[in-house]
Amino acid sequence: MKVEQISIFIENKSGRLAEITRILGEVGINIRALSLADTSDFGILRLIVNDVETANKVLKDKGFTVNKTEVVAVEVPDRPGGLGAILRTLDTEQINVEYMYAFVERCGGNAVIIFRFDETDKAIHALKANNFSVLAGERLYSM
Amino acid sequence: MYFNEEFETLPRQALEALQLKRLQAVVERVCANVPFYMESFGKAGVKSADIRSLEDLQRLPFTTKQDMRDSYPYGLFAAPLEEIVRIHASSGTTGKPTVVGYTHKDIDTWSELMARSFAAAGAHRGDIIHNAYGYGLFTGGLGAHYGAERLGASVIPISGGNTKRQIMIMQDFGSTVLTCTPSYSLFMAEEARAEGIDFKKLKLRVGIFGAEPWSEAMRGEIEEKLNLAAIDIYGLSEIMGPGVAIECIEAKKGLHIWEDHFIPEIIDPKTGRRLPQGELGELVITTITKQGIPLIRYRTRDITSISYEPCVCGRTHARISRMSGRSDDMLIIRGVNVFPSQIESILVAIEGVEPHYLLIIDRRDNLDTLEVHVEVDEQLFSDEIKVLQLLAKRIEKEIKDVLGVTCTAKLVEPKTIQRSEGKAQRVIDNRKL
Repeated sequence: MKVEQISIFIENKSGRLAEITRILGEVGINIRALSLADTSDFGILRLIVNDVETANKVLKDKGFTVNKTEVVAVEVPDRPGGLGAILRTLDTEQINVEYMYAFVERCGGNAVIIFRFDETDKAIHALKANNFSVLAGERLYSM
Repeated sequence: MYFNEEFETLPRQALEALQLKRLQAVVERVCANVPFYMESFGKAGVKSADIRSLEDLQRLPFTTKQDMRDSYPYGLFAAPLEEIVRIHASSGTTGKPTVVGYTHKDIDTWSELMARSFAAAGAHRGDIIHNAYGYGLFTGGLGAHYGAERLGASVIPISGGNTKRQIMIMQDFGSTVLTCTPSYSLFMAEEARAEGIDFKKLKLRVGIFGAEPWSEAMRGEIEEKLNLAAIDIYGLSEIMGPGVAIECIEAKKGLHIWEDHFIPEIIDPKTGRRLPQGELGELVITTITKQGIPLIRYRTRDITSISYEPCVCGRTHARISRMSGRSDDMLIIRGVNVFPSQIESILVAIEGVEPHYLLIIDRRDNLDTLEVHVEVDEQLFSDEIKVLQLLAKRIEKEIKDVLGVTCTAKLVEPKTIQRSEGKAQRVIDNRKL
């Protein structure tokens, strides 16, 4: 029930993001979701892609520092209060969110929230116990 | 293992008697043959007859790199050009190069001292010496080459550059001894890894590294990554070239300077006064057997200390400590003396930090700023911002704690700091002083 995300270290210089997307585009990698965390000097680009292994390899070959992390994807109805319900559950269960980002599904009325927890297994267990829809990696990669 | 046991283990008293005899001879020779010395000794009011003991050496004036430049190209030669069989020059990054000439006997001495150095590092006949120092005007390549031949080892004169080929040859020829700059050895290990070659499986047993300052921490890293004993060698073209001093493999603690050919002194770079044993200062060398271009009290600009304590290897020659920088590389940042090698030691001690760094010094609003660039590799990288920010903070704190200098650590992408196949450029000083 975990999703593989790749993270890439980028310096805060012009053209780095374009370079990464170009490299991925050339080998036919499709980006499902992304988030960019930035500081004044550097940034971390986090991606969910349709082919984790290939993306990891091509970026490493081009000299980027890349790592893979396990994150959790939760599907919620795309309506007011959807995210709030999840966060309340996490709060009650005392689970910390390291970071999160979200996107809306192309068809159907759902949103998908990507979470990075410090205790991933505990989080999945708690979410499922509260009847939230935790998505399998394959589902997300092919969405 | 000794190459010349008699001279390498000469009792101190006999060694010093030999030094005095040779010193008197060289002083007499330069007084007679080199106008520069006639003039400078005259100004200082000393004559060759005044040198009655080794202590009297202190009465003689220093020779500097600038003096060599002013005498460009042959002004300081003490032998006529007909007797000079080789000419080398140091890189002239600032102005003209400094030129040195060797007679047949000088080349012979150099080969012997370099052979002694190889033996001290644990090399012997039957070794395959992969000599990746540059051949040419730079003394590194040919100096090590002649020494390797004198030792009776097989030398591969590969010179610098073309790293992929270097690695292939080391693998196929079964090189057992590597000579190059310490930074280039790590560069080769990195390249080999990228090619899928395990450096640890090569036959290399000893690496003899010099021509740039490095640290004890970097030695640990090189020994780990290349699986060999890393030995520090010292030399400079003005004095001879590589092989002026070397660590013995038995102790790896200080570099024996071949005192039957050189007299070392440590001075305070500001006052010029001689410093006692153990104190850090600028190394000054007098060559006492050189014919082509003998130098009296040459200021090397290298910072070290000297010890006359007996060594476990049995050699009686004094040991100078690992160079902690150059008196002219010394950075003064907000009034604090900082050597780049000190920062390197701090960085390498932090787990996962590679010794590829760049120091950028600037002055903003009349205040010096120091920026330390460190490459982020997979070992250091995290998908969480706070982990990377903590790393940068830790680097800043450790530098502040050890050196007392405030700096900004900047994390940069891997392989973005320039790699050099010769000497690594690690400092950019943008201050307009």
